[in-house]
Amino acid sequence: MSATIASTSGAPHTAILGLGAYRPSRVVGNAELVDAIDSSDEWIQQRSGIKQRRFATEDETVQMMSVAASRAALEQAGLAAAQVDAVIVATVTHLMQTPAVAPAVAHELGTEHAAAFDVSAACAGFCHGVALASDMVRGGSAKNVLVVGVERLSDILDLSDRGTAFIFADGAGAVVVGPADEPGIGPVVWGSDGEQLDMIRQREDWREALAADDPQMPFLMMEGKAVFRWAAFEMAKVAQAALDRAGVGVDDLDAFVPHQANMRITDAMARALRLPERVAIARDIAEQGNTSAASIPLALERLVADGEVKSGDTALLVGFGAGLAYAAQVVKVP
Amino acid sequence: MADTSEIQAELATIVEEVAGVPASTVQPDKEFISDLDVDSLSMVEIVVAAEEKFGVRIPDDEVKNLRTVGDAVAYIQSAQAA
Repeated sequence: MSATIASTSGAPHTAILGLGAYRPSRVVGNAELVDAIDSSDEWIQQRSGIKQRRFATEDETVQMMSVAASRAALEQAGLAAAQVDAVIVATVTHLMQTPAVAPAVAHELGTEHAAAFDVSAACAGFCHGVALASDMVRGGSAKNVLVVGVERLSDILDLSDRGTAFIFADGAGAVVVGPADEPGIGPVVWGSDGEQLDMIRQREDWREALAADDPQMPFLMMEGKAVFRWAAFEMAKVAQAALDRAGVGVDDLDAFVPHQANMRITDAMARALRLPERVAIARDIAEQGNTSAASIPLALERLVADGEVKSGDTALLVGFGAGLAYAAQVVKVP
Repeated sequence: MADTSEIQAELATIVEEVAGVPASTVQPDKEFISDLDVDSLSMVEIVVAAEEKFGVRIPDDEVKNLRTVGDAVAYIQSAQAA
């Protein structure tokens, strides 16, 4: 038999229809961390721009924060959970190897058996999720897709490690991606560089960690200076490529929302991109720390809440991190 | 290939842009860290900008030997000649 398999096609254009954020309740100032790393508030602020961050409490689980951010995103989109066809959760801190957290999030939200899976692309995870969601909607495999970026990095932080203790933090952000009358999500520019696998990573795999006489959490490690060099310069090129692919010039841009890795990286990227003065630059890291997959939606939500950007504005997103993995796209603010 | 004063002038502009130090103070005898208050992250930025500007490669291992502005100018000049 030569059976013909039907194919699908979806909406010609996609956009972010709603945006939500969840910021954990416990505010942790630099003062609380400096003793364990023999550092100072001044040094931390100078090296990273971070004044404070938030750590999740026991009750603020990856699932709980994901659901809270998702509900806010659905509300802005004017959609009920039952209208969500797929849930993509970008995270590296759901500390359960299997199952993924996405099906639990989909269930708690009340979707009707939405497709649900996690994406592991570290700090680039949110932009990966948006790219996947947009293509799923355009390809006809889903109409509305929820994309969540969520982390509880405090669970895998070595608070005595000078290179990471003051950087990373917790939180969640979510968007709904769905059909639109005109393009609201530009072409993704993405890739990876596995040659630099060791630059940001878990110290050892679970088997090695558990085989030790005194098993410990395999903490997150990072080669800060090498990451800085890669991120500040190579990622500015990726961001520029995303602008070029979208056919948007820096003069047409309203906001630049890079992954909130380090204020110094954001500054260097903004310089390299030669952004005009009037472009709003996300600096959520000062209050939020580096929340990996959650940082871009959190930072975008802050810009909107502060009135620095408004619905319909054009924003450049770029995520980059462990892998190394990166992804960038131009979007319209919902 | 550029001469010493050209390299120094270009490097001073880079240091001013990255670290906010007036270009006129970026003199050969000045140490990046103690005199110009350039920290390790700014040094990375200066190195990358200098690599692009002068078309040379400055390996991380070499950067710690570049204590003064004069050291950096001499390194860039010899790397261009190589």
